[in-house]
Amino acid sequence: MKFQYSVEGGDFTMAGHASSQVKKSLKQLGIDSSIIKRVVVALYEAEVNIVAHAYRGVIDVDIESAGIKLKLTDEGPGIPDIEKAMTKGFSTASAAVREMGFGAGMGLPNIRDNSDRFTIDTVVNKGTVLSIEIDFK
Amino acid sequence: MGGYRHTTYNRALEISTDICIGCSHCMKVCPTEALRVFGGKAGIHADWCIDCGECYRVCPTRAIGVMDDDFKEIFNYRHRVLLVPSVFFAQFDRTVPRQKIFDIIGELGFTEVCTVEQSVDTLVDEINSYIEDADKPVISSFCPAIVRLIQVRFPSLVDNIMKLLPPIEITAQFYKKRYEREGMDCSEFGIFYLTPCIGKIAAVKSPVGGYKSPITGVINMDFFFNKVYLAYRQKIEITKSIIVNDQLSSKGVLYPTTGGESINISGRSLAVDGMKNSIDFLEALENEEIKNLDFLEIRACDESCAGGILSHRNRFLTAESLREFASKVPKEHNLILDYKKYCSAVVHMDRIEPRSMVKYDRDIEVALKKMESARRLRELFPGIDCGACGAPSCEALAEDVVKGQADINSCIFLRTVYEKRGEISLDEAVKIMESIWGKDRFSKNSD
Repeated sequence: MKFQYSVEGGDFTMAGHASSQVKKSLKQLGIDSSIIKRVVVALYEAEVNIVAHAYRGVIDVDIESAGIKLKLTDEGPGIPDIEKAMTKGFSTASAAVREMGFGAGMGLPNIRDNSDRFTIDTVVNKGTVLSIEIDFK
Repeated sequence: MGGYRHTTYNRALEISTDICIGCSHCMKVCPTEALRVFGGKAGIHADWCIDCGECYRVCPTRAIGVMDDDFKEIFNYRHRVLLVPSVFFAQFDRTVPRQKIFDIIGELGFTEVCTVEQSVDTLVDEINSYIEDADKPVISSFCPAIVRLIQVRFPSLVDNIMKLLPPIEITAQFYKKRYEREGMDCSEFGIFYLTPCIGKIAAVKSPVGGYKSPITGVINMDFFFNKVYLAYRQKIEITKSIIVNDQLSSKGVLYPTTGGESINISGRSLAVDGMKNSIDFLEALENEEIKNLDFLEIRACDESCAGGILSHRNRFLTAESLREFASKVPKEHNLILDYKKYCSAVVHMDRIEPRSMVKYDRDIEVALKKMESARRLRELFPGIDCGACGAPSCEALAEDVVKGQADINSCIFLRTVYEKRGEISLDEAVKIMESIWGKDRFSKNSD
């Protein structure tokens, strides 16, 4: 089953909408709550990343019986140094963003740790594509 | 029982079909969408009911019955103990003397009365040591409707629910142990709990966390208030004596009010009350949007137990009375040490199991297909959640149709489209409405 959500850069009030909707569907499917938790954490972080860093983005969700595939495509500045961004504690978030409780710098490593398969493609000044796969078993 | 057709998982609530007028008020307020109207009557989906009592609160005809125990049952015991929560005293205004209330309780048949919240002081100490090495946030186990809400709607949070018993159970254990020490046989004494809510009836009758309650029976506070107040107004003669254990600290009196629990907990704690607020907060918590919280006090009713389903008085006045009462009692009471001595070993309970709401099917392939169909259906429905189909929302109707539990033509909007196209006759349309709302509704007022 496929869903698509669009995300606007800077709209923190809507951040978490996609993860809440996906969570609801997974609960209705009776997916194990520990797996749902991983999906929600990974998706929420990725969703907030688009809001905090990109201009806009699209989230494609594909739920199958074996697992969930999430693809987050954004138009934005891209990530110049992926290795650094994948380091725990590193953050480029502004002070205003941090004040709202976002941007503690745990984003990408946290997403990776909650995924079964995780890839990141980024082009500086163009955007980033994040692929997250989490198996149900 | 004749008139009752659906009972809940825990049997704390039931709808009398003889009295139900199928008004659908209950259906609209149910936090788990467990109610539907069919054949002119409301029915409960037992596995989804959390015994919060929101439906009971809004029912205009009192068709929703509470599975409390028959008051006469107390006379099966030689020693009849009533555990009274502090909200009960707050049902009366300040002109009614406390001693008079105790005397009347004795006259009505109880031989001993004990205040519920006298175990709070011990419990607070236990909570503070419990949270030191528990997963955060620790969610209070105090409100049974919330515990059940988490089991059904937020299964990923069940392990955050504090594995310590609520005050009522600790107090009940305390007296049970005391009577046993005094050599009483368990057939001789009955411990009854005067409950301000329906959730606590379910909690006593079918407790969670691998626990069996020592409480013999549950008395409905709304019913009992009327009995006591009537006796007071009629100035009945007091001929019997009653043993009174009214020890309470200010901490205990305030415990059932909003913030009364969280204020005692070290670390960062929050207090949430009201069903909608609770759902919103748990949603955010489940999304891991809330960080660094140590303890969460969370209760289903606005103003917590002061707004309990079986509390008849205005919730703000009840809460005010509790605060006033708390300001007049000391910070400690003389049973605290005894509670520590006899109850520390019994306050713990086991893990609470989730009760997941399987919506479509246990087989994920089948469930996915049904879910996809439900999503397509939802796009056909108007999205105004009018309830004319007998389901609480367009989403719920879509789910019901996919599960074969409702007809797509139950939707009044969709049906109008079909009628316009001439695909459905007036007769058929009337039949559908009658099947949902009952025949009578469409025969009266016809002239």
